[in-house]
Amino acid sequence: MAKIIVVTSGKGGVGKTTTSAAIATGLALRGFKTVVIDFDVGLRNLDLIMGCERRVVYDFVNVIKKEATLNQAMIKDKRTPGLYILPASQTRDKDALTMEGVQTVLDNLAKDFEYIICDSPAGIEQGAQMALYFADEAIVVTNPEVSSVRDSDRIIGILQSKSLKAEQGGTVKEHLLLTRYNPERVAAAEMLSVADVEDILAVPLLGVIPESEAVLKASNQGAPVILDQESQAGQAYLDAVSRLLGEEVEHRFLDVQKKGFLKRLLGGK
Amino acid sequence: MSIFNYFLKKEKKSSASTAKERLQIIVAHERSKRQQPDYLPLMQKEIMDVIRKYVNIDEDQVTVQLDNNDDCSVLELNITLPE
Repeated sequence: MAKIIVVTSGKGGVGKTTTSAAIATGLALRGFKTVVIDFDVGLRNLDLIMGCERRVVYDFVNVIKKEATLNQAMIKDKRTPGLYILPASQTRDKDALTMEGVQTVLDNLAKDFEYIICDSPAGIEQGAQMALYFADEAIVVTNPEVSSVRDSDRIIGILQSKSLKAEQGGTVKEHLLLTRYNPERVAAAEMLSVADVEDILAVPLLGVIPESEAVLKASNQGAPVILDQESQAGQAYLDAVSRLLGEEVEHRFLDVQKKGFLKRLLGGK
Repeated sequence: MSIFNYFLKKEKKSSASTAKERLQIIVAHERSKRQQPDYLPLMQKEIMDVIRKYVNIDEDQVTVQLDNNDDCSVLELNITLPE
């Protein structure tokens, strides 16, 4: 039976798609057969981040409407074996996703895959609720910034009341992923710290992804940042995947890193 | 930076701690609202309408609060009547 993990946040632009791409790739790198689904109907972008935008023929809505089979719509990732992408459609019809349709697709995927990653759209509307409804676990992506933390708390409330698990009297296992973290600004007391955000949201910490130039570089190139294993962001995502699999890994990149003499001389970052 | 600036800076609260305080307040407020049943706002309005038949009151003179204790819920209705 596959595990369904939703990547959600409430607020837009905090790194949901970057995280979905990285976590899905990371799970596939660890040998798990993984599919990542873009739930952002009308504003598809996962395909760009995964670098398969030119290979999209059919999409999630086509499958729901039975205009295409799952095998026709899923794109096999070229870099990572065992990884598949199900793109969202670009239709402007907001009600293109139906609860029954989503359930059928997830049930079919569950027969074949070990992990199903659902990349949620921003907001708390139907699309976002659909993405989290069937989830076993949730990765709540949060920036250390007031509006993102507040919206995360709202989405946590929805996970606890409007998910299938909650309706059945269970709970969706929640994970906090803090992204765009800047240790220098935290040290200067200009940014909420990991402890502050953990304190407010009271959700177990999955990982902290430092603000990194590698993230933009990765999206420019259409390669998930987790593949850039020299970058701090890539390494932090690898750690997060290990923790998701139940391993105990110490958190890294939380403190200001002292620049070496040579680096300071050359002005390196 | 002069020595005065150094002391002034110390006195000012850091923006991160302001952010944390504001968040703690708003999140606690929104969580308590979230636990209310969906019918509460409508019920509050209907109670108001009944009272208005007899006494002229403002909306902010009525507070309706639902507290959940272990095995019982208490609906608290607080109305300030005008003098």
